[in-house]
Parts: sequence; C-alpha cells; structure tokens
Amino acid sequence: MVWLLILVPLLAAVGAAVTPSNRWRPLWVPVGGAAHLVVMGVALALRPSPALQGWLALDALGMLVLGFISLLFFLCALYAPAYLALRPDRPNRVFCACLLAMLAMMSLVSLSHHLGLMWVGMEATTLATAPLLYFNHNARSLEATWKYLLIGSVGIALALLGSFFLAYSSLHEGLESTLLLDDLVRSAQQLSRPWLHAAFVLLLVGYGTKMGLAPMHTWKPDAYGEAPGLAGALMAGGVTSCAFLAILRFYRIVVAAGEAAFAREILVFVGLLSMAVGAVFMIRQRDFKRMLAYSSVEHMGILVLGIGIGGLATFGALLHLVVNGLSKGVLFLSAGNIHRAYDSKLTDDVRGAIRRLPVSGALFLAGFLAITGSPPGGPFISEFTILCGVFNGAHYVVATLFLLLLATVFIGMGATVLRVVQGTPSAQAAATDYQDRPQLVVPIIILMTLVVMLGVWMPGPLASLLREAVVCVEGRP
Amino acid sequence: MHSLLDPILVLVLLLNFVVLGASRTRTIIPAVAMQGVLLGIMIVVVQSKVTSGVLAMAAVAVILKGVTIPRMLYHAIRDVVQRREVEPIVGFVTSLLLGAVGTALAVLFSKTLPIAHEHVGSLIVPAALSTVLTGFLLLTTRVKAITQVVGYLILENGVFIFGLLLVEAMPFLVELGVLLDLFVAIFVMGIIINKISQEFSTVSTRKLSALKE
Repeated sequence: MVWLLILVPLLAAVGAAVTPSNRWRPLWVPVGGAAHLVVMGVALALRPSPALQGWLALDALGMLVLGFISLLFFLCALYAPAYLALRPDRPNRVFCACLLAMLAMMSLVSLSHHLGLMWVGMEATTLATAPLLYFNHNARSLEATWKYLLIGSVGIALALLGSFFLAYSSLHEGLESTLLLDDLVRSAQQLSRPWLHAAFVLLLVGYGTKMGLAPMHTWKPDAYGEAPGLAGALMAGGVTSCAFLAILRFYRIVVAAGEAAFAREILVFVGLLSMAVGAVFMIRQRDFKRMLAYSSVEHMGILVLGIGIGGLATFGALLHLVVNGLSKGVLFLSAGNIHRAYDSKLTDDVRGAIRRLPVSGALFLAGFLAITGSPPGGPFISEFTILCGVFNGAHYVVATLFLLLLATVFIGMGATVLRVVQGTPSAQAAATDYQDRPQLVVPIIILMTLVVMLGVWMPGPLASLLREAVVCVEGRP
Repeated sequence: MHSLLDPILVLVLLLNFVVLGASRTRTIIPAVAMQGVLLGIMIVVVQSKVTSGVLAMAAVAVILKGVTIPRMLYHAIRDVVQRREVEPIVGFVTSLLLGAVGTALAVLFSKTLPIAHEHVGSLIVPAALSTVLTGFLLLTTRVKAITQVVGYLILENGVFIFGLLLVEAMPFLVELGVLLDLFVAIFVMGIIINKISQEFSTVSTRKLSALKE
C-alpha cells in the first residue's frame, strides 16, 4: 500500500517521458497528481502497515506532511497544462517528468523511517527540481540552477555526514549500530552525547540548506526568482516541507535522548535569524518573485522557531506548515500569471495588476494579506498559536522579536505588493496579450479558499491528526 | 587487514594536497579518480569477512568514482578550451597551507570525539574530516565550475570514508542509493557546465553574477 504512493507518480513520470506529443504530455501531471491524491486519501483512511521491514511507514507526521503535499501538488497540477500551453515553444518533456518524479521523491522522504533512505530521497528531490529551474533556458536560469544544485548538494552531503555521526553515536556505546529511526528513538538514552550533538548540528545545517534557513538560504532568491511560478509553488510548499520533516525526525531522536534543551536553543536562534534575514531583504525589494523567496525564508524561520519553543507552539508550527504551503501556492501561481502578462517581474515595470488582471491581481493581494498573518487567513491562526506558545513559555524577548519582525515583514512586503497591484497599469501592461482564464485562476481560487477556511474553521480530523503529529515530534502530547 | 587501511588513508590525504596545489584540470581529474579507486579498495579492506556482496559493492564504487564520474567530468569540459585556473580566489600556496591547517584541525577535533575502542588509533575519523574540509576549501576558493564539482566530489569522498566506520549499519541498498545519487548529481552538473560554457563561452563561475541584491 505505502509503495503505491511512490510508484504511482513514478509511473506517471515514465508515462510523461514516453509521450511524444508536446501538447498532450502535460495532462500526465494532473492525472498523476489525482491518482496520488486518491491513494493518499485511502491511506489516510486505512492507515497502512509499514513495508520493507519498517523502512517505509506512514505515521501521523508523515500523513500530515504527505497529505498536504499531495493536495498542493494536485492543485498545482491542475494549473500545469494551461501554463505549459502558454509556452508551446518550450519542450516540456523533462519538465513534466521531473514534476512527477519530484512528487515520488517527496513521498519517499515522507515515508522513510530509515535515515539513509531518507537521505537518498532528499538528494533525489534536489536532482528532480534542478531541471524545473532551468525551464526558461537562459543565462539567468542557468545561474540559478547552478547555485541551487551546488549549494543544495553540498548541504545534503553534510546531512549524510550527520546521519553517519548519529549511527556512530550508537555504535560507540556498543549498541548494534542502526539507521532505523524507531530503533534510534528507543535506544536514544544510551547514545554517545558528543556524537549526537555534532550530528544534530550537521543535520540542521544540511537539511536546513534544503529548507532555506538563514544563513544557508542564498540559493533561494535566485532559484525562486528564475523558476516558473508553478515550480516555485511546489518547492516553497513541498520540498521545503520535506526538509523540515527530516529535521523533525532527528529532533525526535534528540528529544528522546533527553537533550531537547540543546536543540531548542539552536532552533530558536536559527528561526529568529531566518525571520530577520527574510524581513531585511524584503524591504525595498524590486523583484516580486525574489520577494516571495525571502518570504519563504522568513516562514521557514517561523517553523523552526515554533518547534524550538515546543508545546503549543509545536502544534502551531505544524499547522503553519500546511497554511504557509497553501498560501505560497496562491502567491507563486498568481505572481506567475502577473509575470506572464507583463513579461517582467520588477516593480518598476509592473503596476496596476489588479486592473490588468482583476482575478490574479486580487488573489496576489489576498495571498499577501493571508501570509502576513491578517485574519481571517490560516496563517493568522497558526502564527497566533505559536505566539501563545511563546508567551506560555515566558520567552518575552523572543515574543517581542517575533512580533517586531512580523510587523517589519508586513510593511516591507506590503510596499512591494501594493506597488504591483495598485495604480494605473504601466506601459509594460501591454507587453503581452495574456488574459486570465479559468484553468489558470480556478486552482488558485481553490487554494485561497482553503487558506481562508483553515483560518475560520478547523476540520475535526485535521485537528486530531495535528495532535497525533505533535506526539510524533515531541514524544508526548 | 587494518594494517593496510592507514597507508591507503595517507595516500588519500596526499591526493587532497595534489588537488589543492594543482592548477590544471588535467592533474585534478586523475587525482580525484585515483582517490575514488582507493575508496573502493578500502571497502574491501575494512571488512572482517569478504563476501561476494562486499566485492560487488567495491566494484561499483571503483567503477563509478574511479572511472565513470571522471570520464563525465572530462566529457563536460571537452568542448572548452583547456585553461589554467587563472586567478583562484586564494592562491595555490595559500590553499596548500590552508589544507595543512585543516588537516591539523581535523586531527585535533577527532581527538575530542570519543572513538569506539575498535577504532582507536585508526586514521579514519581525521582522514574523513580533513577530506571534507579539503572539499569545502575547493568549493569556496575556486571559480571554475569543474573545480567546484571536484570539490563536491572530494567532500562526498570524505563522508564516504567516515561511512567505513559503519559498514555493518549501512545496508548495501542505501550505499548503492548514495552512489547512484552522487552519479546523477555529477551527471546533471556536467550538463549544466556544458550549458554554462555554451552560454558564456567560459566555465568560470565569475560570470554567474547577474542574480544578486
């Protein structure tokens, strides 16, 4: 059963790779996405048993992350054929196959309970996303792809070293050395502390690079700036969530070893640093796609900050993973539409988007309001929950910085977004004859509806899944 | 068995210095290929019992790290005019000195970590850390794309050496996956290098500076 979650998108990727027609090939993407969503729905209901001697298992945390990724991928996949139809000049064989392969690899990461296998899946997501960045085949996208590939691979290599350190920490104590997550959690008390500490730092740096935490975020603005909006949405919502999941898996081991205090300090510091870096670079940002990348850096910071605070904030962080990913979908896809219409992503050229593209422009504005934590968007609830957790723990300095940085981001991001949507359309507005059409806006509207829905009403099953996932992270409710 | 291991590790360390001091791709790629072959041999040397699986694993490592990947690197720069690493960010002598400092630090650092009694006195941990640092040094101080890929490869070799401590914990499936990922990564990087040379008619990453704040 769990195998299907990996095999279905892989088969669809093969299908896309062998379909000769550039026009019909993109249909594999929604077909593969829909099939994955169906399998995921069945898996959520049935809770399948582990496969491959416990290497692949679907626990509550995996269900939360993969269920969300499956939904996000499906909605982005609905957008894909119409987007690719806008660019008939570009061969899309590699693009379609890599999108589906990326879904398969994200499933592998979410399912694997073996640290080595998880590493293999994580590196494979890097390799599957690199061709997505190079879709435009120009000098700028080449530069972005090179930086992404090299920085991502080096980060991932450090994560492998960290995984080895972790395995050695059990070997050193005369235990049978293992890379199975559940065994490591069970024997965590006996792990050698110096190796465990070194392993956690290396893993945080390694997977943090993939997640885009400051100061390892440097590939992110280039990659998200040059990638098609579709790829940006899936990377900012999907791949980063997988990297976060990997960090949570290791955090679980550290907590079980009784070293939570050590890890938490680092996580809070890195979280605040990422928020600060995101906030500073969003101020006076002229490129609205790079702005979204810095917003992603900021929100990755919020995620690890929430975990570092713990308790209620962990619940908030896991909810934030979902609502941030959905909001990023809204922002990247609508920004992609605006980019298409103006043939530019600089605020010097792009003005009056809400008149030029009433639907996409309005969605871009709505996405901005949601992601910066305005009610009634989902991020308002999740960020508020994290803040409550911070106050519960009496971390008043952290709370002050958190609020201050959120306010800075609101103002900085707001200035850029309002320049884009307000005013009379600039001369550049006539650059192309692109018009909003249902296939290109309905998926974004659905995403936005979900963001608002999670802000006003939390479905019961989701709430209980989140509570179970908190247990997976912290070992206790 | 283990008596063979330390001499091989010393050779690996020497090859690190060869790469750090070399200015020509013609010297660098064979050196890194040699390192790959040594890693493959080490897989056999560290095992207490040599099975057919171990031999197969070693063969895969030697072929990938010693033959296929170096060939891909050659292939990637085939069409590019062979030139010296004209102006590395840090000079070659300085790189060698930094490499020496890095190795010393690796030895000191590995002394602070507790080593299981069966590994006490072995060079594995310092050699692994020093090789990782060499990879970092190359990645950060060289501007040619191909040398950066070699840096990544050496960094991976360092991680691989550390993995020798865990031969029992690492199932072959995972080890194969790691090698396969490395192979595909270098393959994709090779394609990108080719595109860089077509786009900019050079493989220096100095041209890759359009994207910044």
